[in-house]
Order: sequence, then structure tokens, then C-alpha cells
Amino acid sequence: MKKYMLHLNTRRCIACFGCMVHCKVNKSLPVGPFLCDISCTPLKMIGGVPKTEITFSACRHCEEPLCVPVCPTDAMVKREDGIVYIDQEKCIGCMACKTACPWDIPVKNPDDGKAVKCDLCMDRIDAGLKPACVAKCTTHALQLVTLETV
Amino acid sequence: MKKSVYSICGMCTVRCPIRVESEDNKITWIEGNPHLLGGALCAKGTAGQALLEDHERPQQPLIRVGARGAGRWREASWEEALDYVADKLKDIKKNYGPESAVLSSRGGPWQQMYKAFIHAFGSPNYTNHDCTCGRNTHHASLSINGVGRKGFAYDVKNAKHLVLFGRDMFSALRIAENHQTLDMLDKGGRLTYVDVRQTMTGAKATRFFQVRPGTDYALALGVIHQVIKQGYYDKDFLARYVTGFEELCTFVEEYTPAWAAKECGVKEKDILAFVEEIGADRPNVIFHPGWNLARYSDSFYASRAMHILNVLMGNIELKGGLFIPKGAGDCGKKGIRSIDCPKPDIKRGDGVGWQYTHFEKGPGLAHLFFNHMLSEDPYPIKAWIAMRHDPFSGMPDPEKQKLAMDKCDLLVSIDTNYSEFGWYSDVILPESTYLERDNFIVQQKGLKPRLTLRRKAVEPKYNTKSSWEIFTELANRLGLHDTFPFKTIEELWAWQLEPTGYTMADFDAKGFIELSDSPVFYDRDKLDGQFKTPSGKIEIISELLTKTGLPSLKPFVSPEAPEKDMLRLIYGKVAVHTQGHTTNNPMLSELMPTNTAWIHTKKAKKLGIQSGDLLELSSADKSYCATVAAHVTDHVHPEAVFTVHGFGKEIPRQTRSFMAGVSDQKLMIGALDNWDQAGGGVNLCEIFVHVKKSIRNTKRRVEL
Repeated sequence: MKKYMLHLNTRRCIACFGCMVHCKVNKSLPVGPFLCDISCTPLKMIGGVPKTEITFSACRHCEEPLCVPVCPTDAMVKREDGIVYIDQEKCIGCMACKTACPWDIPVKNPDDGKAVKCDLCMDRIDAGLKPACVAKCTTHALQLVTLETV
Repeated sequence: MKKSVYSICGMCTVRCPIRVESEDNKITWIEGNPHLLGGALCAKGTAGQALLEDHERPQQPLIRVGARGAGRWREASWEEALDYVADKLKDIKKNYGPESAVLSSRGGPWQQMYKAFIHAFGSPNYTNHDCTCGRNTHHASLSINGVGRKGFAYDVKNAKHLVLFGRDMFSALRIAENHQTLDMLDKGGRLTYVDVRQTMTGAKATRFFQVRPGTDYALALGVIHQVIKQGYYDKDFLARYVTGFEELCTFVEEYTPAWAAKECGVKEKDILAFVEEIGADRPNVIFHPGWNLARYSDSFYASRAMHILNVLMGNIELKGGLFIPKGAGDCGKKGIRSIDCPKPDIKRGDGVGWQYTHFEKGPGLAHLFFNHMLSEDPYPIKAWIAMRHDPFSGMPDPEKQKLAMDKCDLLVSIDTNYSEFGWYSDVILPESTYLERDNFIVQQKGLKPRLTLRRKAVEPKYNTKSSWEIFTELANRLGLHDTFPFKTIEELWAWQLEPTGYTMADFDAKGFIELSDSPVFYDRDKLDGQFKTPSGKIEIISELLTKTGLPSLKPFVSPEAPEKDMLRLIYGKVAVHTQGHTTNNPMLSELMPTNTAWIHTKKAKKLGIQSGDLLELSSADKSYCATVAAHVTDHVHPEAVFTVHGFGKEIPRQTRSFMAGVSDQKLMIGALDNWDQAGGGVNLCEIFVHVKKSIRNTKRRVEL
């Protein structure tokens, strides 16, 4: 069952791109891949002020992830708490996951040729910490939301 | 082995408090100090790790072997390089006197060490980058309030309305201040932003004025007019602490909102509505008096107008307003000791203090050195030491600067990175990155003042040294032991803390020592003595300016319009770079490898340009040009072309940033001599450049 979600409070987000760097440095990724993305729509006048809409995107950790069944080596795994991650030992870098994903989320790590994507920093979550993008968000705009059944 | 240290970031000069984790001498995590920032850190802060690992920074001392700027170096040991610098300095001192050495730095909390070094050497010529930054604001504050620009701080969090003239705070990223502003907005506060283009700060604003370049002062005058007309000022505060209000009323009579609207190219009804807002929000309205307000020929007066607006709001020394930063003494505590050496009683080489008597002597004005160097008046300058300062990037017209620098027998760059100046210098002394160096303890004034310090998280990766080591070792070679008697940083810390009763262990819990548990405010009815003007009052008509023959209230002069085929050059910042310091950082150059030229849609149409097409920007005299992609938008003033500062560097060892984009300062031919005679700042936005569609937009391919 899906338990976590990354939520961006766009009122506080200033599109400083901190999350993208916090993430890739924490994952020791080289120049090239990013596991999350901040994008801004072109400025548009709203009430006399040119405004932009900011979007944060990263792996959705789908309820029924299409990337999991297509992985030929069972490297793509969905955990109990809904986190979808790649077992780096098993990954062969075929990128079938990327093809299956509607949002092209998995990317290739040029350092080892394997697929890599957001795993919500599950090592940190398991240690009682927040994902890197949330923990260090410059303005505390990004939040890790725990979904609960009411 | 795992380690965690509290320290101070060094990726930009905000110097946010951080906590750094490492394992076996490798950084594993950097975050904002959880006790102050809740972990928050910007992209630049995290990219500190990439700076540390970067092989494209100087890895050992370098001594020039080719012509200046040719990029031919030989590697030297520290012994040899320090001996080389010390011997040259001794020769220069013997032949020309100690005053012929200049030391420039970025400024900041540790500058007293650099200053003490050059003073101990015997030279009065310490300078910093402030002539291209806060000098106008500083002198404006001194003329009105009798205290410098740091004589007030801002309780933004509790304000109801923050007004920013061109201060793009969400690109500057003082994280604590950003939190305060967003908290204020979350509570329903208002943010008014004034600029010639839209920025992320403006995009968060509740009101935005896109003004014609060079008309900030006009807008401020129109607002003052209406504030007075509507009676939206604190009569009691004015009566108690302020002189010159009557003169102000007479002066602003002609500067109506209708007039200001016309000058600025905004709507009168918007100015009127804005004044109604501040009328309702006062006294909790903060007019930020400007940060990098070294822009137009009247920036000093624009800043004065913003200071005056604060005075009218009566927002001084109250919650949600301006407050006087408190130090150890205000908390009934003893302060720390600091390295110090009095300034030698010799005329400064930049003319400040004798040729220009109305400026604060402090760091003088760096740009005024160059003409004095060329004419060798009042004496020749033979050495320039740049301490993590890049005059060729930070100040305009580097080619003019080089003519003056060529008069020197010794140019030294102490820096973690190669800088444009460093590349031209004779010796590069590589400083360890901020993650690899300790520094002395500093006091941070505020409502709750603190002691804090930078501490190394890991040992240096390359053969680099901390600045305190470099200066101590140079001082030892030059016989300046009296000022630099310590051998280790631990000795220095112990000496600094001795009068306070604190020990280094007191920093362990949070990385800082808080000197007060609760915010310290002065009694608002007893502020006498806080305003260090000649009269002891806040002076709208400044005695000091009058004595110098300068007006306190200067009539507005409409800015010049660009000639045909030219635009006014405007520069600015971006959240992912600290100007030229980071443009070669692998992580940050990946986010923004080059800059663009913002151009208004109508102008672009005339030039036949669309976003992404290449534009050619060349200086008025055509001695410099660069080709960059156009960013076509309605949200930059049609008279302006905007670009992000810090690009267009020409250092081949920095492969990521080499020749990437356009350098605004290289376009600023002659700008060193175009400066504000009243405020001392360089007029960095009084430059017009040729803009045309580049011939390189061809789609044809003639090669195989």
C-alpha cells in the first residue's frame, strides 16, 4: 500500500533548484542524471504581478507500477510501504523500466551503466530521517506526506 | 571514522550556518544548521562537496613563468611561494615604502585579519569589494542615521509589509531572511517588489512595479509625497528623533504620484493603492534600503529616500520593523578579542580621507585606486594582494584595471579558485575550501547575538592552506609577529575567548553560543545617542553632506534613453550561482552552464530574434563582444538588456566555464570613472551596449 508522497507547497517554493542538487549529491550521482525536477511555467500576469507555476516531479511510486513487472532481473521492487526502488545488485541497465514508465522516470547512471531513480531515500526513511530533498529544502516547501486511510 | 561538525558555509557570502557529516575524511552530508535553519540549504551549499572534489581548482602554490595572463605556471612548494611573496614585499617596502602595497578582500566577518596584516606591514591600503556593492547604501545610512548600513537589521518575520527595490532576495538566498519573508507572507503579509525585470522575488510579491531603468528614486519620491499628503507618518517619532522634515515636505511637493508614474512607466493608481496599503500596515512596513545599490548615478539618493521612508513609517526599534543589532555588551557580557592593528597614519592611495573627505575611511573605495596608480599620486602602488577577491570580475572594465596593475611588481591571489585576477597575477596561493579550513571566532550581532565560527570538516584534499595559516606564515617572514603571535588556531581561539568565560566546548551543542535567551530591544523612548550624526538626531538634511557641498535632497534627473541599436545593460543574480565563484562548479554549471540575454519582445521583433537565437552584445567602443542566446520576454524593460553576472570567464583551466556566456563587467568600458560622487558606489547600470542579431544563427552547413 502506498504510504508516502512528496508534496510541494508552491506558495513557499522559490524554484532555487536546491532539491535537485541535494538529491543527486546524496546519491553520489555524476554530472548527467537528476532524479527529481523543478520546472516553472512561463511568466503570466495574474492580478498585476507576473507569476509562474512551479512543479516538482519525481518518481510517483505508483500503486501498480508498470516498471516492476517488465524488469527482466526482478531488480525493480515495490516495498510494503509502497516505495519502488531498484536493487542495484540485480540491475543490468537494460532500461526496460524507463520504456514502461509513462513519465520516463528511471535514468541511466553513466558511472555504472545501471538504472537509477528516486527511492524516497528509503535508507534515510528507515533511519527515521527525511529524504534529502525534503530535509534540506531551502524554504521548507517540500514535505514528505504520510498517507493515512480514514 | 564518522564525524559531525557545525560550521559556516562558504559557497557565497551569506555564510549560512551548516552542519557537516564526514566519514574517513570524505564529506557525506551537508545541511543547514538544524538549530537555526531546520536543515535548509540551497543548491550552492550542497554543491560545496563538488567544489572540494573539483580538480579544476589550484592544487598547490603556482608561480608565473610566462607573461601576465598567459597561463604559464610552475608549481612551487609553500616554502618557496611564501618566500617569494615575502621577499618581493620586503623589496617593495625598502624601495617604495610600505604604503605601496594594497590588500583587497571580499569583506565579511573575517576581514579584520587581512586588514591587520596590511596595517602591520605599514600600509593604510586595505580595501574591499563594497564600491560595487553596498557603499551607497552604507553612506546613505550614515548620512541620515549616523550609523552604517549594518546599523539596522530587519525583523521581516513580524512585519506586515516588506518593500524591495531591486533586491532579488530569492536569488540572493540569505536562507534565514528568506524563511522570515515566506513566514510573513504565510501570515498574510505583503511584499512589494520594484525592478526593471521580473525575478523569483517579484513572482512571490503581492504587488510589482516594473519601472524604467534608473527611476527607483523617482518612485520613492512619489511615494514620500503621497505618504506625507495622506499623513501616513509617525508624528511622535519625527518630533522626538528627526530633523529636516519641513524641508522634506517642501522638496517633495512637486514629486506627485502622477509625476512618478510617468517617469517610471507605471500607473498612478497603483502608486496610490500602494501608499494606502502601507498607510494601513505601518509602522510594520520595512523599506529595504538596498543591497547591491551601486547601479545608477542617483542610487545613493534612492537609498536615502528608502531610509527616509523607514523613518516616516516610524518603524525603528520595534517588532516587525528595523532594529539596532545588539552585541555582547547589550547582553551584559564581555566580547571576544579580535586580531587588530591600528591603521598607519599615512594618506590612502585611493584618495579617501584626503581627496574625498566625506566617505567613511574604513575600506576606502577600491575603484579609486586605479587612476591614482596610473599617475603614481600620492605615491606608486607596487603590490596588490587579492584575498579571495576578484577585482577583474567584481569591478568593471578589467582591461583598464590591468593598465594600473601593470605598474605593480607583485600581484598575489589567495583563493580557493582560479579567478580572472588570479590568472593574471604572479603568484597564486591556493586556499583550502571552507570545508577544509578553520577560522577564528566571530560575533554575529542581532536581536539575539551569537558567537560562532567556521571549523574544518575534513583535511585538505590538495596542498592548500587556511587563510589564517597563510597570513601567519607571511607575517612571520615579514617580522610581524606582534600582530600574529599565535602558532595554532587553538591558541587563537583560547585567546579570543579568554575575556568571555566561554570555552570551545560551549560551541559543541549547536555550533554557536547564544549570548541572550530572548530578543533584546532598546527602550523606544530612550534612543538618544543611537544616531551618531553631528546633531545626534536622524538628519533628513545631513550636516555632513551640506558641509561637503552636496545636497541632501537632490532633484530627480530623468535617466538617459539608449541610442538607436543600443540597450542599457542590467546585470543580476540567480539562485544557483554565486557569480564567478561557482560558474565552474561541476554541479552548478550543470544546472546553468552559461547565461543568456533577456530582451523585450518588441525589441526582439525589431531585431528578428526569437528566444534561443543568438545575440551579439558588444561594448560601446567595440573592444569586447560576446554571443549569447536571447531570452525574449515581456517582463524586462524595453530599454534594457539583462544578463546574469559571473559568466564570460577566460580561464582555460576552468573548462566548464571557459568563454561561456557574456561578461557584463567586460562590457562596462569606462565605468570605473563613472561613480557616485556622493555615495562612492560605481554606477554599474549606466552602461549602454550594442545589441544585434548574431551572424552565427546560420542554419546552413558547408562542411561534410
